Amino acid sequence: MTDKNGFFDLSKTGLTRRTALKGLAAGAGLAVAPGFVRYSQAQSSAPIKIGFQCHRTGIGAAYGRWYDRTTAAAVKAINEAGGINGRPVEVIIEDDGTDPGRGAEVVGKFATQHKTDIVYGTLFSHVVIGSAPAAGEAKMPYFVVSEGHHVASTKLNRYVFQPGITDVKSQIQAMAPWIAANAGKKVTQIFPDFAFGYDHRDYLPPALKAQGGEVIAQIAIPPTESSFTKYFPQIPAETEVIYHVMVGPAVLTFVKELGEFYGSSRPQLFGFIDSLEATDINSPGLEFLDGSHFWEGSPRYAQPDDSAAQKAYRAAVGIDDNGAAVGDPKDVSTAAHMFGCWETLYVVKKAMEDAGYKGPEDRAKLVEATEALTEFAEGPEHPQGPKTFNGKIHQCFGIQNISKVEGGRLNVVHKTKIEDGLYEPEGDYTTQPL
Amino acid sequence: MKEASPAKAYVLHLGVIALLFALSFVLPEYHHGLLARIMVLAVFAMGYNMLFGYVGLLSLGHAMFFSAGLYGAGLAVIHLGWSVPAAFAAGLACGAVLALVIGVLALRTSGVAFMIVTMMFAQVFYLIILYFAAWTGGDQGLVVPQSARVLVLGDTSLGLTNPTVRYMSALVLFSIVLLVTLAVVRSRYGRVLVAIRENEERTKMLGYDTFSNRLAAVVVSGTICAASGAAYALLFGYVGSTFASVQYSILPLLWVLLGGAATTLGPLIGTLFMYYVVDVTSGYTSAYLLIVGIALILLVLFFPKGVLGTIRQRWLGWLP
Repeated sequence: MTDKNGFFDLSKTGLTRRTALKGLAAGAGLAVAPGFVRYSQAQSSAPIKIGFQCHRTGIGAAYGRWYDRTTAAAVKAINEAGGINGRPVEVIIEDDGTDPGRGAEVVGKFATQHKTDIVYGTLFSHVVIGSAPAAGEAKMPYFVVSEGHHVASTKLNRYVFQPGITDVKSQIQAMAPWIAANAGKKVTQIFPDFAFGYDHRDYLPPALKAQGGEVIAQIAIPPTESSFTKYFPQIPAETEVIYHVMVGPAVLTFVKELGEFYGSSRPQLFGFIDSLEATDINSPGLEFLDGSHFWEGSPRYAQPDDSAAQKAYRAAVGIDDNGAAVGDPKDVSTAAHMFGCWETLYVVKKAMEDAGYKGPEDRAKLVEATEALTEFAEGPEHPQGPKTFNGKIHQCFGIQNISKVEGGRLNVVHKTKIEDGLYEPEGDYTTQPL
Repeated sequence: MKEASPAKAYVLHLGVIALLFALSFVLPEYHHGLLARIMVLAVFAMGYNMLFGYVGLLSLGHAMFFSAGLYGAGLAVIHLGWSVPAAFAAGLACGAVLALVIGVLALRTSGVAFMIVTMMFAQVFYLIILYFAAWTGGDQGLVVPQSARVLVLGDTSLGLTNPTVRYMSALVLFSIVLLVTLAVVRSRYGRVLVAIRENEERTKMLGYDTFSNRLAAVVVSGTICAASGAAYALLFGYVGSTFASVQYSILPLLWVLLGGAATTLGPLIGTLFMYYVVDVTSGYTSAYLLIVGIALILLVLFFPKGVLGTIRQRWLGWLP
């Protein structure tokens, strides 16, 4: 059937021979494109191929850029030290657009086209959860750097690991003792009304209660909100601490309006740096945060007591003392999270060496070798600090930093213990078949 | 409009199905998996095409119908432990009921207002998914357990995670929807829909109840999209709110425009083209969306009615 009145006719251009030739050229280009290239390599001398599922575009792009740099630095260091099992490491990057649908396709592409040994590096939780089934079906070890609780919840599958960064449940639990002891016992939470906020909504109250504190109000703000003043009257007057985890571009408006609401006398403020990753703490409008405290996985600013390993890591990745790219002070890093890429790659190295990993046929051995790991000592391979690893829930546990905003920088005022973030396992991946 | 013998059109469509079947045995593993996904999403595009192409109603809310199927099937498996066929039926039912309700309300408008109303309903649907995060998994979504994605046919159990089973399941769904679409557009009802698109007032004057016909088209369109969503959940194992976002309302519009609106095979061509442009160009540059944009502009310039629409206009007037 045709439409007679040109309902879909967007122009009246005719098809010429030139157009047809262009079409043929495009077809030829498609045929030689990477998607159709056959890959084959001798396994013994071939590099270990790591498929890096990178958020190069989409809402995770700022993280993706820094995860990319950290990964490149770690792989360079590993290769300079002899690689893994004497084989060089090669990273193959695919952009997932921070989209769970595309994420699953990318995992499939790594498994069936690039034939990588593992897939690694995903951050955003919805992409991890969307990609995990594809990894499980392909029996592809999938090492994420997400901090979501999804891996440790044991709701994914045996091939998914998070050995290089702690999960949000552990982080929140570890914050509670310090908040109750130093900031105040009556806490009001302000969080975005979606899953990232719900983790904080659900995990903080019991953790705080165990420390003698109390969450007296929880204010969920819809993700589409652009102005926050109308929510502030809901904050109870007796509030001693405002615990905020707003994320996204609206955070600048949130802080500015909170400042206007309270003026010079305000409760204590405690937040997660996720709100301000890749954002300059000295941005206009953020002055109100001066004197407030933040959780940081790894400190953005160089600290006086930084270990030699931490200094070496920062130099290798290319961040200056202020946590920005060397040579570009405006390019602020995602320091609180990206160390997880570095540490995860070293966990992969250790597990592959323990397993005597030779190629994809040893993926099951790699899974078991990773599950057998128990602790990672602080040092060049783990510059953020020491960690323990629970092979049953595929999750590591480590120290957390609490930093104070003062003088236009974040200074670490407290480091938690690993035990502060431990909790009862919710399941056991090792009972699942390989 | 040139009219082909029914046999000619059916031979072409059966030929396409046979080609897709044959490709299953020759495609490299990655492209085999990708084509399974493309076929499922082409069904989404075919559902969209039913309303946009044949009735001329431009909706910006079809992600809600896809998601109704996605969540209808996915949640039935996850929370109720339903079997694959029952969950698929639940997905279809969710899509059909939602389409009926939305149709009754949205068809009070037309043109730009219809576009905006459908978009607003889809946004409401999206926010509902986020609001009931305890059940839906919110923005993170939920995994449909691999162990539950098994199709039991008599004494035979077919794991939907098996690449061949998945491909053939996608092909069966695609084939059924393609042939149903062909039958619908060639039927008297299909001609009434085109008549409404071309001149609703005249169609009314001829004695047709255009509201009922348009409503039926919304329900058919929504149900087909839900079938795609339900299949996606069961075949690929993930349900998430991203699929209810406005992006997934725009994508089928793009696929249909590219392939050719009001052509039965256009949605497949458009979906296939977009997927491979993204897949191939992202292998070269992170600015692949720029290349996709340029490709779209070129297509609009040289194939203003989409690939098949232009081919039909210039060479093969009988294409359905």
